[in-house]
Amino acid sequence: MNSNAPSSTPAAAADLRRNSKRPRYSRFTQQELPACKPILTPKWVISAFMLVTIVFVPIGLASLFAARDVVEIVDRYDAECAPLGSRSDRVRYIQSAADKTCNRTLSVPKHMKRPIYVYYQLDNFYQNHRRYVKSRSDEQLRSPSNEDDTTPCKPEDDANGRSIVPCGLVAWSMFNDTYSFFTNNSQQLPLNKRGISWKSDRDHKFGKDVFPKNFQNGTLIGGASLNESIPLSEQEDLIVWMRTAALPTFRKLYGKIEVDLEAGDTINVIMQNNYNTYSFNGKKKLVLSTSSWLGGKNNFIGIAYIAVGGLCFLLALTFTIIYLVKPRRLGDPSYLSWNRNPGGGH
Amino acid sequence: MPFGRHERIRFSKIYSLSCFRPSTKDEHGQIGQKGYSRVVYCNDPENPEALQLRYRGNYVSTTKYTAVNFIPKSLFEQFRRVANIYFLVVACVSFSPLAPFRASSILFPLLVVIGATMAKEGVEDWRRRKQDIKANNRKIHVYRDHSFSQSKWKDLRVGDLVKVYKDEYFPSDLLLLSSSYPDGICYVETMNLDGETNLKLKHAFDFTSSLHDDSSFHHFKAVVKCEDPNEDLYSFVGSLSYNGEQHPLSLQQILLRDSKLRNTEYIYGVVIFTGHDTKVMQNATDPPSKRSKIEKRMDKIIYILFTTLISISFIGSIFFGIRTNRDLNHGSYGRWYLEPTRTTALYDPNRPILAAFLHFLTGLMLYGYLIPISLYVSIEMVKVLQSIFINQDQDMYHEETNRPARARTSNLNEELGQVDTILSDKTGTLTCNSMEFVKCSIGGVPYGRGMTEVEKALAKRKNLGQGDANVGDDSGRYGDPSGSVGKGIKGFNFRDERIMGGEWVNESHSDVIQKFFRVLAICHTAIPDVNKETGVLSYEAESPDEAAFVIAARELGFEFFQRTQTSICLHEIVNGQKVDRSYELLNMIEFSSARKRMSVIIRNAENQLLLLCKGADSVMFERISKESKQPFEEETKNHINKYAEAGLRTLVVAYRVLEEEEYKEWEREFLKAKTSVSVDRDDLVDAAAEKIERNLILLGATAVEDKLQKGVPECIQKLANAGIKMWVLTGDKMETAINIGFACSLLVQGMKQIVITLDSHDITALEKLNDRDAIAKASRESIRKQLMEGRSQLDLAKSSSVLFGLIIDGRSLTFALEKGLESLFLDVAVDCSSVICCRSSPKQKALVTKMVKEGTRKTTLAIGDGANDVGMLQEADIGVGISGAEGMQAVMASDFAIAQFRYLERLLLVHGHWCYRRIAMMICYFFYKNIAFGFTLFWFEAHASFSGQPAYNDWYMSFYNVFFTSLPVIALGVFDQDVSARLCLKYPMLYQEGVQNILFNWPRILGWMFNGLLSSMIIFFICKNSTIHQAFRSDGHVVDYEILGVIMYTCVIWAVNCQMALSINYFTWIQHFFIWGSIFFWYIFLIIYGYINPEWSTTAYRVFIDACAPTPFYWMTTLLVVVATLLPYFLYRSFQTRFQPMYHDEIQRRRSEGGESGGESEVPDRVKERIDLLGERMKHSHREM
Repeated sequence: MNSNAPSSTPAAAADLRRNSKRPRYSRFTQQELPACKPILTPKWVISAFMLVTIVFVPIGLASLFAARDVVEIVDRYDAECAPLGSRSDRVRYIQSAADKTCNRTLSVPKHMKRPIYVYYQLDNFYQNHRRYVKSRSDEQLRSPSNEDDTTPCKPEDDANGRSIVPCGLVAWSMFNDTYSFFTNNSQQLPLNKRGISWKSDRDHKFGKDVFPKNFQNGTLIGGASLNESIPLSEQEDLIVWMRTAALPTFRKLYGKIEVDLEAGDTINVIMQNNYNTYSFNGKKKLVLSTSSWLGGKNNFIGIAYIAVGGLCFLLALTFTIIYLVKPRRLGDPSYLSWNRNPGGGH
Repeated sequence: MPFGRHERIRFSKIYSLSCFRPSTKDEHGQIGQKGYSRVVYCNDPENPEALQLRYRGNYVSTTKYTAVNFIPKSLFEQFRRVANIYFLVVACVSFSPLAPFRASSILFPLLVVIGATMAKEGVEDWRRRKQDIKANNRKIHVYRDHSFSQSKWKDLRVGDLVKVYKDEYFPSDLLLLSSSYPDGICYVETMNLDGETNLKLKHAFDFTSSLHDDSSFHHFKAVVKCEDPNEDLYSFVGSLSYNGEQHPLSLQQILLRDSKLRNTEYIYGVVIFTGHDTKVMQNATDPPSKRSKIEKRMDKIIYILFTTLISISFIGSIFFGIRTNRDLNHGSYGRWYLEPTRTTALYDPNRPILAAFLHFLTGLMLYGYLIPISLYVSIEMVKVLQSIFINQDQDMYHEETNRPARARTSNLNEELGQVDTILSDKTGTLTCNSMEFVKCSIGGVPYGRGMTEVEKALAKRKNLGQGDANVGDDSGRYGDPSGSVGKGIKGFNFRDERIMGGEWVNESHSDVIQKFFRVLAICHTAIPDVNKETGVLSYEAESPDEAAFVIAARELGFEFFQRTQTSICLHEIVNGQKVDRSYELLNMIEFSSARKRMSVIIRNAENQLLLLCKGADSVMFERISKESKQPFEEETKNHINKYAEAGLRTLVVAYRVLEEEEYKEWEREFLKAKTSVSVDRDDLVDAAAEKIERNLILLGATAVEDKLQKGVPECIQKLANAGIKMWVLTGDKMETAINIGFACSLLVQGMKQIVITLDSHDITALEKLNDRDAIAKASRESIRKQLMEGRSQLDLAKSSSVLFGLIIDGRSLTFALEKGLESLFLDVAVDCSSVICCRSSPKQKALVTKMVKEGTRKTTLAIGDGANDVGMLQEADIGVGISGAEGMQAVMASDFAIAQFRYLERLLLVHGHWCYRRIAMMICYFFYKNIAFGFTLFWFEAHASFSGQPAYNDWYMSFYNVFFTSLPVIALGVFDQDVSARLCLKYPMLYQEGVQNILFNWPRILGWMFNGLLSSMIIFFICKNSTIHQAFRSDGHVVDYEILGVIMYTCVIWAVNCQMALSINYFTWIQHFFIWGSIFFWYIFLIIYGYINPEWSTTAYRVFIDACAPTPFYWMTTLLVVVATLLPYFLYRSFQTRFQPMYHDEIQRRRSEGGESGGESEVPDRVKERIDLLGERMKHSHREM
């Protein structure tokens, strides 16, 4: 590489080095480090596309299979569980003190293996609104000594002059629909509500000695109330709710049914339709779902994998054809791109 | 050296355009008046008047900052950049509730960036300070309390008496009183001032030179009145009153700070100017800052991004306003969970416009990631590192002079890759500027048998024209063993048996020969220097020409060996005997570029008064005696023309016998002129000199060769192949210039020459009439006509591939540069592949450079080595100085310094190309990565009703520009190479990528931005859709805000780093380390951050370890997103290399196919073809311009 460098004997070089300003030779300073210089040859392009195909299509298929095995029952109940009428009628209904019990019947299409996760799904609910997300006090949730640390919680920071625990809009607007599940023969299906929140949240973000105080005591009542004798770390519904969702459509774990359900079973759900989504045209759904290694019934990722893999296969094919049909002539001057746009960009 | 080289001497003041203003008579300032008011009481510190004056001390500080003002001043410098101001405002606002992030996470990256830049400034300034401390604490002997004692430089005061010993630096500007020599002379080396290595002679007044020992200063008192401190190194006006008499002072008595005492045991002097008042410090100034075209365009891109930032914030605000307004509609709530009834201005459904406006401010902060905060500092760091590589390049190190290449500024590295036109000086740049005496014409007889390179080139041309391949005298000067005497003597390459070895006495006109060589031996300013150990005599001469003459005289038996202030001694060989002859030196009329001649008046042993004179033919022939017809004037003129054709520099040698009476009268006048203390002293001296330098008797002419530097023709050829146009601006005669042009392959066979000159009969006829206006008018017309002809010639040849060369002389250039003709001239000149401007003055050089720069709007590079090139170097976009024999002025004014012209090839084709490519890629990539990241925030906003909630944790974001993506891009900027240095040189056309700016044109920049936008969309939408509401783990947990942030951010980090890996095709371990290291570091960061107390880590708490890492979903999404993100670019590049490969793609392909490793045989043809084709196309594109 270094063809221009004058050659000198080692002894002379050593002699020179003493007062010479000659830059010292190293592959680094001479910018001659050993380097790998891949370029986009036809072989490489086609191989890269093929590699993507080979990796992606199986992953995609596996994901699709996994998603196929997941059994999911989704039941939208916000419309049926409220009297027919205009939006304002429904809002009035949901804000009234009337009994809001609602019965739903779900049928199990396929065998559902336990555990069966019970979710509620809200729609058009902006848990990611900045005003909402910020309106909480992590300090207060962790330790009773920070009880009055409610500045970020405005406007739900205090009620009647005393701090609210847990404060803030998030806690205040907690989901308060309840579900209980019965089999055909009116036997209640046990619902496990333990372990539905992240362990790290239970252990470190919500204090074992922090108890709800002065909660839902203000002029405006938001959502659920809390049992003031249970510490926050055990109020798993709250913990789940406080872990705000990323997008306006979200599911949250409600509990787990730890028995298998057979295909054809019907399940009666007795629910309290308390939560107001009518104001903002939000939907409410109840979801029962099994899970696979990939999680829920998620077809998107499998399809996306197969799509990308398939696309790459097509591209590999296209390139192969191009290279076969029209091989490049070597050194064709017309390939020099700046000839086609003389003068460059100014 | 006492001060760093960063102290740039303000030679521009002296040499560039400003020095051409005519000296006005009204500046004739008398001492004591304004501008000349300084009074120095020598050796009289107790004098009350002296105490009143309060001149500054000798303490100097060259630092930009002091300890006190460092913080405010450097901060101020930082915030002069628009982008930094923006970030500062954002940081200030971040303490208000408007901010979408925590203030600390905004402040942190700003502090890192500002801190890094300030640290750089601080380190640079600290180095300066250390040098200052060293200089201020040097020791000097000062006369205090009747004896000389050691003191520090900084304690020196005006009026102090000092004693300086041999090889010491002068601590301030001194008035020389006496020296160890009885006649009060001393030798001074001024290398630190002007870079000239030759010694300069200074002499003290006779009446002070008797003060020889320390005790004699006991009663010494004197008053100096002189000019105020100024930066003019070459003049001094003042007077000394001593013992009641007034004596005019000149530069001869002034010793300047930072020059060094040489060959003299000691001197005594009086301090006149101290510290910052000294001439050298007055000269110190910041270099003119030049900015590269890429950086200027980068600013525009920043503005585009600002516009984008403002518009997306605006869009967001509108949506936010509408959405907010809907939340409280006629008393009914919309999103009750936001409690729209109990709200602040930030979110008040009753005042949606105010809320939207405040949200707009939030948006400006939130999307601030579109503006790459670390761009400027990264680029600065990269450029410094690039400069180090330039400085460290072994292939640009010159063994003989022990000089590596030096990038004096790092601002312009990438500009080196875009040079369209090179404007070059000739002497010392293309040639060695080591003169060799090769020929002479004495008494009409030509001597000297050597053949110059130009002559060889000429012979070659002629032979080729006749179809004869056999080149004449091939023996060459080097391979000829018979050149016994001339062999091995530097500056002497003369062979002629007729006059060498004492044979000249046998020539018919031996008396003329004797006089001729005596003039050469006596009429000069050289100083002999005998090496005590070897006894070898060498000369310190002001110019290499002069040294060549003295050496030639010595070799022919007229050995100059001693100079005193009043005499010159020669060893002359008379009849084979060495005889000492001493000549009394009466006067010396020095050489100046205006006079173009020098004379000495001597009295020889026969008591004859002689004026010996040598000078340029243009001024000498008119001073040759008309009365007594010179017998060989015509022959000499012919010889001179021949020498000029052979590319030699000629001087005419003449003498005159003076009458005692005439001389006495003249001397009075001359002394008066010389001792006059006024600004127009030089004019008076010139006028006096004019009176005696007439009626000369011609002796002959000398011809010295300035050899072409090694590798110049090849280098010029390469640069021409790279499509770079070359202009040579030289002071030579037209014939010399054309021949040199051929010798260095600037002009080639088959090239059509367009010659523009005023040497036509009409003009010369007019000149005789001496009607200036008429001459000017006729000249203008003539030049217009010639240019029009050239234009039509060029138009005719448009279709063919004939190359043109334009040659224009200095006088024509004066007119061609006038307003009316300038555009026509430029129009013709840019279509010619090479241009030679002969007989051009330094001012014209600078003007031509300016014209080319502004006329073509392309990058110009000026290269030169001498003080006369300084204007040109500073005017051009890039100034390259050759650190050669003519001193350091050019280097001081340059942006890059190289030792030899041929290194320009490597500097441009290799380093220029690489740096251009690196910076262009780096900036494009910077914008890519920030757009890719910034827009994911925007897409997320669209799903969070534009409330201003960022998608990611605050600290992920603030580390984005600082840690996760910064190092790979710096590695790209420092190390990337498209092809190796060898291939850069082998395929010079590659350089056109920079000239035509195809790596940084708007389509490419916008393409990268679009790619960023596309990446952000792919990242966000795939992440969003694949995670939507389903469980993402087998234990049923769903994706929430925290997890989506981590997944998306992981995808962003992977995508931008892999994009980098994909877009470079040069991986050393450094690239691998930084790219994969950055990705790895993200995970490390996530783990560590996740383990910090949740109060600090908030949404990042254990999110990776507990939630993401264990699930295959997270890794699968990453893989899917990364591949999908890279796919568009990969596809584009695959198609591009297939259908529209860029030049470097072609070369890379060739290399990888093995065409490069083995034979050189098959490539050149093909490449040559391509070059021809391209050359033609380029010509067309220029015309279209």
